[in-house]
Amino acid sequence: MENLEKILAQHPFFKDMSPEHVAYLAGCAANARYDPGDFIFRNGQPANQFFLIRYGKVSLEIFVPGKGAVMIETVQEGNVMGWSWLVPPYRWHFDARALELTRAIVMDGECLRKKCAEDPRLGYELMSRIARLIEERLRATQLQLIDIYGKD
Amino acid sequence: MAAVPDPMIPIPYRIQTVQRETDDTFTLTLTAASSEQIAPFQAGQFNMLYIFGVGEVPISISGDPSTPEKLVHTTRAVGTVTQAMQKLKPGNVIGIRGPFGSHWPLEEARGNDVVVIAGGIGLAPLRPVLYTLVKYRERFGKVVLLYGSRTPEDILFRRELEKWRQRFDMEVYITVDRATGNWRGNVGVVTKLIPRAPFDPYSCVAMVCGPEIMMYYSVLSLRDQGVPTESIYISMERNMKCAIGFCGHCQYGPAFICKDGPVFRFDQVEHLFNKREI
Ligand SMILES: Cc1cc2nc3c(=O)[nH]c(=O)nc-3n(C[C@H](O)[C@H](O)[C@H](O)COP(=O)(O)OP(=O)(O)OC[C@H]3O[C@@H](n4cnc5c(N)ncnc54)[C@H](O)[C@@H]3O)c2cc1C
Ligand code: FES
Repeated sequence: MENLEKILAQHPFFKDMSPEHVAYLAGCAANARYDPGDFIFRNGQPANQFFLIRYGKVSLEIFVPGKGAVMIETVQEGNVMGWSWLVPPYRWHFDARALELTRAIVMDGECLRKKCAEDPRLGYELMSRIARLIEERLRATQLQLIDIYGKD
Repeated sequence: MAAVPDPMIPIPYRIQTVQRETDDTFTLTLTAASSEQIAPFQAGQFNMLYIFGVGEVPISISGDPSTPEKLVHTTRAVGTVTQAMQKLKPGNVIGIRGPFGSHWPLEEARGNDVVVIAGGIGLAPLRPVLYTLVKYRERFGKVVLLYGSRTPEDILFRRELEKWRQRFDMEVYITVDRATGNWRGNVGVVTKLIPRAPFDPYSCVAMVCGPEIMMYYSVLSLRDQGVPTESIYISMERNMKCAIGFCGHCQYGPAFICKDGPVFRFDQVEHLFNKREI
């Protein structure tokens, strides 16, 4: 546990979070490892996890009939993925597939929700960090949509 | 003493090779068709390419500044002139005026880290910079190339990118907007590569080239990392005609994009980013 706490504290997502909060959240964390090609989760499955990537690379994909899997983003060391555990109906809307050997910390979504409800200050802190991520992702998606390498 | 060529009169150049880069992008290698040739160029400068009977377009020089007798241009076929150019064959002759415009700040970059950020066809005007960085590698700190393209099929200069990527003294990160199949690289916009790139924001020079929207967001992201605006350079490739500060076609306020640019320090042109056409 002490070890996980240290790893969490070093991950950019938890940068500058108070050690008490990190220690408290470490109770929801576990180590995981994925081989290249492993699906970490798949579209439609229950979403009850939050992933902090420590090493490797993961592709987020949407299956498009006639085209196959379309990669929409890759996440890697220092990134996090997944916020569907935050909002009902708690289901993944895309696939996540390891492209390389990947090590991650997996946080249990239900456990996180419970801890946030028990300690609203921690809840606010965590939600602020996740909101920043969602905003970043939204901005990146907007740029992808307007096709920034386009002709005009 | 040789006469100074009139900058309005094209010099004939013969196409030696036509290299297909992607579906819509190709590279011409040209040599002078007579004893007359254009002056040596600096990285970032452009020529006016005249396709006889069709028209003239500004195209950056994408070749190696240390071999100026071999003129190299990489062009994306988008309209009348560039599509006509795509149909040219080795042996055909076109007219060249140039080289024109400002150049990338390789002198200012000496002793600093260099961050080269390219989007799509924007890698072509930056390739002369990369040749120079590699040739005089010891003059610079860390060298980082961040390149974004739409899909893996749109990536330019693949063989060279692979060669640079294998160098131990250069970091090359490539990303695409979307991919299918066997792509093992990054997916996401090029701005996402900036926070993870290894360079010192306080002692670097950033050179950015691509569509304006891509350059704009790259600049914002560089600033978020702490890079001062005065260390950021971009290339404004807006439409022009005479290319010598004569016709006023590219003028905005006191600045002529053709002769004061295309390479500008970002703070000199920041105000233009909200103007649609000049
Ligand atoms: C200094 C400078 C350097 C350039 N370097 C390169 C280069 O290295 N490689 C390259 O492929 N192109 C480059 N360009 C752009 C190139 O000049 C234009 O794509 C070309 O003039 C289009 O002419 P056309 O007759 O083929 O297209 P048109 O028939 O004139 O236009 C067709 C379409 O292309 C669009 N278009 C026209 N001009 C531009 C432009 N400047 N940028 C983006 N879209 C445009 C038009 O809006 C229109 O939608 C450069 C432009 C400048 C000003
Ligand atoms: S193109 Fe004529 S003044 Fe610039």
